[in-house]
Amino acid sequence: MSGGMIFAGAGAVLFTMGLVGVVLIGPLLRRILAFNVMGSGAFLVLVGLAQRDGGADPVPQAMVLTGIVVAVASTALALALARRLHRLTGRTTLSATDDD
Amino acid sequence: MIPLLKRAAVILAAASFAGALVFAMLDLPAPGVHLPAAVEANMAASGVAHPVTAVLLNFRGYDTLLEVGVLLLALLGVLAVGARATPPAPAPGEPVKRMFARLAAPLMVLVAVYLLWAGAIQPGGAFQAGAVLGAAAVLLHLTGILPGWGAPGLRLRAGLAAGFLIFLVVAGALLAQGAVLAYPPAQAGRLILLIEAGLTVSLGLILAGLFLALSRDSGDEA
Amino acid sequence: MTDPIAWLILLPLFWATAAFLLGPGRGARLAIAALLAQCGLALQLAADVIDGGARTHAVGGWGAPLGIDLAVGGLSALMLVLTQAIALPLAVYARAYFADGAPAVRYFWTLTGFLLAGLNALFLAADLFNLYVTLELVGLAAVGLVAAGGSARQVAAALRYLFAALVGSVMYLLGVALIYGAHGTVSLQTLAPLVDARAPAAVWIACGLMLAGLMLKTAIFPFHYWLPPAHGGAPAPVSALLSALVVKASFYLILRLSLEVFAPLAATAATALGLLGAAAIAWGSWQALRTVHIKMLVAWSTVAQLGYLFLVFPLLAPDGLALQAGVMQAIAHGLAKAAMFAAVGVLMLATGRDTLEGLAGVAGRMPLTLFAFGLAGVTLMGLPPSGGFLAKWLLIEAALTHGQWGWVAVVIAGGLLAAAYVFRVLRQAFLLAPADSPFHPVPRSMEWTAFVLATASMLLGLQGVELMSLLAAGS
Repeated sequence: MSGGMIFAGAGAVLFTMGLVGVVLIGPLLRRILAFNVMGSGAFLVLVGLAQRDGGADPVPQAMVLTGIVVAVASTALALALARRLHRLTGRTTLSATDDD
Repeated sequence: MIPLLKRAAVILAAASFAGALVFAMLDLPAPGVHLPAAVEANMAASGVAHPVTAVLLNFRGYDTLLEVGVLLLALLGVLAVGARATPPAPAPGEPVKRMFARLAAPLMVLVAVYLLWAGAIQPGGAFQAGAVLGAAAVLLHLTGILPGWGAPGLRLRAGLAAGFLIFLVVAGALLAQGAVLAYPPAQAGRLILLIEAGLTVSLGLILAGLFLALSRDSGDEA
Repeated sequence: MTDPIAWLILLPLFWATAAFLLGPGRGARLAIAALLAQCGLALQLAADVIDGGARTHAVGGWGAPLGIDLAVGGLSALMLVLTQAIALPLAVYARAYFADGAPAVRYFWTLTGFLLAGLNALFLAADLFNLYVTLELVGLAAVGLVAAGGSARQVAAALRYLFAALVGSVMYLLGVALIYGAHGTVSLQTLAPLVDARAPAAVWIACGLMLAGLMLKTAIFPFHYWLPPAHGGAPAPVSALLSALVVKASFYLILRLSLEVFAPLAATAATALGLLGAAAIAWGSWQALRTVHIKMLVAWSTVAQLGYLFLVFPLLAPDGLALQAGVMQAIAHGLAKAAMFAAVGVLMLATGRDTLEGLAGVAGRMPLTLFAFGLAGVTLMGLPPSGGFLAKWLLIEAALTHGQWGWVAVVIAGGLLAAAYVFRVLRQAFLLAPADSPFHPVPRSMEWTAFVLATASMLLGLQGVELMSLLAAGS
């Protein structure tokens, strides 16, 4: 098994762990972190799988850089919203009563 | 509380998905298209010497243009969510930390400029440089030297948008001559440096803003 | 030369940035002027496609697979025309709606500019990874609009929406990663000949992940949970943009990927998608019949109407009937739902209430707006000559052609349920108002934009032939 493949496998596991976290975890901060774990998993698969034969491939590397910036942006927005919710309601979770 | 049964079912499903995914990946034959060769072949016309920078700013430069838009958009969202118009006074920091921050900030600016310059030939570039600039601003804020943001004024807005706007103007100007972001090979290097320089400043400000605009909403202490 | 393909993306990015520079709440006139130009560009592009067929624009001059291509065909040209045609009247509406300088307007114009740029870029993209970036552009802009200046309810709705959008995109991204690993490219054009029914397991998983991610973003049952609070809680112009356009973008993507690149694999999931569509129609309509808030009623109706879009998948066939039905439904629902949210926004401003009960008496006081709501309702029910009628007619015809009678029953039942929830509103509007109920005047331009959108959805059925010839032009 090549180095790239190990990264890709780890990425698959991380993605799934993150997904479980997003589904099962209530507290918003931890849920946002779980989403980030998912994202990192996807990035690892993207670079690892493409370089499983050992040769460097700049295309997925550049894509991952783009993806990281997008993930930073979404995380910041999510944190801003979570913080605002906490300020307005004192809650750190989404309750079931919000949806009518 | 989430019932134990649901928890177990989700974890079981996830584990089997991860297993299937890993086996499917091990099973993959070699891909039919080999892009690294195409990147290698076109490096001379790209205007930079580092392949990742070439992909990021030239071959797939359009992705990067939109991605900077996404980052600016996140800041707009953060600003739109917040309510307070006037920034709070900075909390007084400890003198030792303040002194350290005052020493570190100029060095960080220097590192950012180096990273920007290095991006043409080795790992580095506008995003890394912008991240260092943003970190410098966060450091200054945390030590009480730089206040949190209220609604940004015109000069700050101009700084935030400048990098994206320069990128956009270059894209539009090149479109008038043929295709979006089709750099003439002779000018590619200079245009990319111009874009990266603008991006470094704006990305630094945006990343700092994501933190400094958030920190004004100090809901935890209030 | 000026290529409308690229300008449809760059122009909204320019005015979005300019609106940000102008300052909080500014940029309405700029946006309306630019949207007029965008309408012209989209129509020119549609004319180009009818004359010259599908074409591409190689960004950076490299060409796929090294570079990124933009591509336009009949389907994307139609979606582009629809997007600009809905956005322009909504911009006129929003200018009047936000005239009082509510906090939600501070970043409205710049966020809307980014949203429209993202939508146009998504319709024109021909590269799986580029599509991911455009999806994020659309998603973050939409979430920002929902949350802007909001109450606790709006912020909670925006967070729920953001989680759905983010998890959807990261699932999509993992799919893209697997595709790149399997084939070494993300260009749709390069991929198309490489994918066949004997694809390796990783490609099947990739398709499943991308489909699931996009379904989450389209809010198809059972992933609809985030939609009603987000669309029902936002300011009226935002709800209209989201319901009319944003959820259609991810549907468009599912449709396009399953028609083109992943066509050999797509048939596997078709029946399941159709069944989810039927469930969405039933559940969305049922909730629309139960809710007491008028805006939630319209939002639940979106959940139901999205169901029709997914009935298309089991009926997709070379005869193109189901594709025509799906596109017609997307256009008709887009116009009708924009009109409906606009009309409801007017009624809520006028009565100062957000419940169905508060509507008593509006028939006498705002006949034009109520008429607009009714016309849009007729489209949702699918009565002739509306666009909704044409869509449902095509869907029934496709079902009968393939001998799949079950879908016919779903379509007819859905129309009856739509009639039931639309009449809930109309009945209440014709009741006499309590003598002391307050009533606030509303700018006429808002009433008229709702009416124009509703009339367009109504008369759409008469233009079906022209629209379908454009759809056929690119394929």
